Amino acid sequence: MAQVSMTVNGKAASGDVEGRTLLSTFLRENLELTGTHVGCDTSQCGACVVHVNGEAVKSCTMLAAEAEGADVTTIEAMANADGSLSTIQQAFQDHHGLQCGFCTPGMVMSASALLKDNPTPSEAEIREYLEGNICRCTGYHNIVKAIMAASGQDVSSIAAE
Amino acid sequence: MYNFDVETPGTVADAVAALGRDEAQALGGGQTLIPTLKQRLASPSVLVSLTGVAEMKGVCVGDDGQLCIGGATTHATVASEARAHYAGLAELASHIGDPAVRNRGTIGGSLANNDPSACYPAAALGSGATIVTNARSIAADDYFEGMFSTALDEGEIITEVRFPIPQAANYQKFLQPASRFALVGVFVAKYAEGVRVAVTGASNDGVFRWTEAETALASNFSADAVSGLALSGDDMISDLHGTGDYRAHLVGVMTKRAVAAAA
Ligand SMILES: Cc1cc2nc3c(=O)[nH]c(=O)nc-3n(C[C@H](O)[C@H](O)[C@H](O)COP(=O)(O)OP(=O)(O)OC[C@H]3O[C@@H](n4cnc5c(N)ncnc54)[C@H](O)[C@@H]3O)c2cc1C
Repeated sequence: MAQVSMTVNGKAASGDVEGRTLLSTFLRENLELTGTHVGCDTSQCGACVVHVNGEAVKSCTMLAAEAEGADVTTIEAMANADGSLSTIQQAFQDHHGLQCGFCTPGMVMSASALLKDNPTPSEAEIREYLEGNICRCTGYHNIVKAIMAASGQDVSSIAAE
Repeated sequence: MYNFDVETPGTVADAVAALGRDEAQALGGGQTLIPTLKQRLASPSVLVSLTGVAEMKGVCVGDDGQLCIGGATTHATVASEARAHYAGLAELASHIGDPAVRNRGTIGGSLANNDPSACYPAAALGSGATIVTNARSIAADDYFEGMFSTALDEGEIITEVRFPIPQAANYQKFLQPASRFALVGVFVAKYAEGVRVAVTGASNDGVFRWTEAETALASNFSADAVSGLALSGDDMISDLHGTGDYRAHLVGVMTKRAVAAAA
């Protein structure tokens, strides 16, 4: 066991972990931040996406030890300070961007990473950016629509629900 | 995963020393190694993380005009920082996997792994790059030794990759949509000394140069120049995604597209 320390959602967090402890495991089991989901555990599905030093990463494919000293943001920090939904989250609700909701934490984290770099992405850019986020309810149209709407763009031309 | 210790050295010298420990293995971005460990296909006792080695990160142009990329540089960094110098290479990096994979995966990890369907091996071989390790420099032509096999010795780490910058280059990837790797990928680069064509995803021996196409393109750098050429599907990968013959055909198609896009 070794001690790891990092900043998670603006607060100092530390714990004793094995070398093999994944960042997703540390977040979910040590910190009890279970909003980060583990879908495939094979680095394919993106349900576990969090931000590490501002960049989207699959937390099931990074060791907790590698996040030593890092600034980590999870879905738990995405709502506004008063607890209301952020613009991206509200857009997912307004445009039915989720069905079962399992992939949603990763979708929201990827969407926010995309909009930080590219505030008004095209539909094609959104679809390309989401290549590593899999939704098994096949809700992609509405997810794309929600992200377009969150970026302040007209969504009337996006494929129907 | 079996358990292991994690070392986080800050210099190449410390990383090499740590890799001298029993059953130690380098950890780049972990985008191949961590899934492998989860399947218990490897059981190192120590992982030596290279992502904290500052001297192995970054993109620059050397005095000799070559593009130098640190071995622990992520695909995302290459996609953004190499663009002004070598757009064909940056474009390849920007289509590896997905954004989260590109934020962690490194060029050194990709070249060390030498997956038969990976993208970077095609760029390194297609550019006649030099793989620089803690111990020596290896020409790409001598580096790739078949599927998942390279000239690297045990504990040897890729510290830098040097790319001669071509007059024109392009990579065409026929996507295998489930894995996001190349079903077939072709990298074409045109230099004053000649044209290089490197193929990934197709051969049972991993990345290879299509020398017939190189010769044809040297005198006529156009898609027509390769029209009459054909590769045999006999030694090509055959799986549920495509037969050897199908892949051999795709090599021709992708080569033409790459030449047309580069020209
Ligand atoms: C969903 C997904 C999609 C992907 N799609 C693609 C794709 O389209 N194209 C593609 O090319 N790749 C793809 N990859 C693989 C990705 O590019 C990996 O990042 C890369 O193959 C390995 O790099 P890494 O830094 O993650 O290495 P690691 O996984 O950390 O290590 C891989 C191997 O290299 C060794 N190693 C690591 N760094 C060094 C070094 N500097 N020197 C010596 N040895 C080293 C390790 O010991 C290990 O054996 C994909 C991966 C995933 C998970």
